[in-house]
Amino acid sequence: MSQWPSIADIVQSVEAGKVQATELVRQALKTIEDKQEYQAIIAVIKERAENRAADIDKRVAKGEKIGRLAGVPFIAKDNMLTFGSETTAASNILKGFEAPYQATAIEKLEAEGAICVAKANLDAFAHGASTENSDVMTTKNPHDTSRVPGGSSGGSAAAVVLDMAPFALGTDTGGSIRLPASFTGAVGYKPTYGLVSRSGVIAMASSTDVIGPLARTVEDAALVLDVMSGRDDLDGTTIERDTSPYTTLDVSVKGKTVGIIAEYMDEGVDPAIRKEIEAAVKQLQAAGANIVSVSLPSLPLALACYYIICPAEVSSNLSRYDGQHYGFSHADAKSLEESYNWSRSEGFGDEAKRRIMIGTYVLSSGYYDAYYKKAQTVRTKLVEEFTRAFKKVDFLAGPVAPMTAFEIGKNVDDPLQMYLVDIMTVAASLVGIPAVSVPVAKVQGLPVGLQLMAPQKHDRALLSLAAKIKETA
Amino acid sequence: MAKLTRDDVLKLARLSRLHLTDEEVERFQKEITAILGYVEQLQSVDLKAVQPTSQVTGLQNVMRPDEVKDYGASPDALLKNAPATQDGHFKVRRML
Repeated sequence: MSQWPSIADIVQSVEAGKVQATELVRQALKTIEDKQEYQAIIAVIKERAENRAADIDKRVAKGEKIGRLAGVPFIAKDNMLTFGSETTAASNILKGFEAPYQATAIEKLEAEGAICVAKANLDAFAHGASTENSDVMTTKNPHDTSRVPGGSSGGSAAAVVLDMAPFALGTDTGGSIRLPASFTGAVGYKPTYGLVSRSGVIAMASSTDVIGPLARTVEDAALVLDVMSGRDDLDGTTIERDTSPYTTLDVSVKGKTVGIIAEYMDEGVDPAIRKEIEAAVKQLQAAGANIVSVSLPSLPLALACYYIICPAEVSSNLSRYDGQHYGFSHADAKSLEESYNWSRSEGFGDEAKRRIMIGTYVLSSGYYDAYYKKAQTVRTKLVEEFTRAFKKVDFLAGPVAPMTAFEIGKNVDDPLQMYLVDIMTVAASLVGIPAVSVPVAKVQGLPVGLQLMAPQKHDRALLSLAAKIKETA
Repeated sequence: MAKLTRDDVLKLARLSRLHLTDEEVERFQKEITAILGYVEQLQSVDLKAVQPTSQVTGLQNVMRPDEVKDYGASPDALLKNAPATQDGHFKVRRML
């Protein structure tokens, strides 16, 4: 049993003066302290969190209304700019970086009374599927400490499952919210591309980066999404939000069609996982949905497409780390050129270097058409196939990954094997559609997530569908 | 299948503004060759009639009035992470 009631209940108690925000923050910080061995947290935001909590308690005592997340502690992935601690994206090159402003998502949560208490570990710059690419440490899976929590938002997912806070924020570029959710048993929600502002989030691949919640229930995730979403002057790619709140999960499932993705249920998937996914989909059938099988023939190309587009955008986004404006700067460099080269070589870890060089390769003249442009056309093909599929079905379903949480160290010497972990998550990212991982069962003690997807901007319907799933013991 | 040579890796490193050790050159040569070998499967797909996609939500240029707005990030806050500054500017090594 969790020590945290639902977020809605916490807010009600705080607003009614029955529970103090100060007490909630103390409880979160104590849990973080008690569970350090899991290495989920990079930095604690103690002073600022305590001050904000004390201020909220004072305002409650005066009879003021606080907001929809009054006094609720949360944990942010460390690639989001926050006050009160360093923001490093778990990279050496940003060690000591103090954010000059906060991410829009953080500002929106704070405006409704939420309190950021800590920053969670990740694969450095969100490059990875296990947190093993973190320049700081590897987070351990709460269910088995010899295994990874998934990545890149592995610290955020583990923190939620370890009860450190009622919710955490993650980012998802090719599966980085859904995969750790599946590996740890959290609910992980990747919204439609552009629904949550990317301002103040350290960029990875800008055409697929999204921010989303990791929580214990779909209802909690929906509330957090509702507060964060909407247009933002500081991010030109943001889209208009739904006029109905995302918390109204009343979109009926009755008569809707859910398509199980045939390409995600083949022999490459652990049969025990396949069985749990089929059982979970039966729950949707019981709720009145029609279940069919759907094929998207280009899906087997999605991973290759992603691992061209993603490093291309990474190489561009990481060019800003030049040792001149912020971040690590090599003191002994004699020329500007040396300063660039040495600062980057010492500041970046292996995976960042790999992606920068692959991106540079696929964008370089002579290879651009064969790699980058080709990947962009495959992306079009995927968009078309998903559009066609969504004419026949309302939702798509499948596993999040072909395996449960793997052992720490298993894939570290083979970057291509690590990339293959993303095989079932990258397509939704390339197409920009919302997707969620909901815990459905355990296989040999390790959680399995069901992945559900909907067309762009159908976030409320997707959350309504996900809320129908109950985890079996 | 593309097989990166040692010189290819050194050229990529130069373009990427990275200084690699000998051990790194050797390792990245192997790893990047393997990754490129995997993504090369796209080259066999015939997509002549298909247009490339770079943005998925259909947004076009998003315009705003050309006005100064204060978003609360002060010049001091923006400069405080810099390795060297002078008179409110970033200070870098000489270029010429």
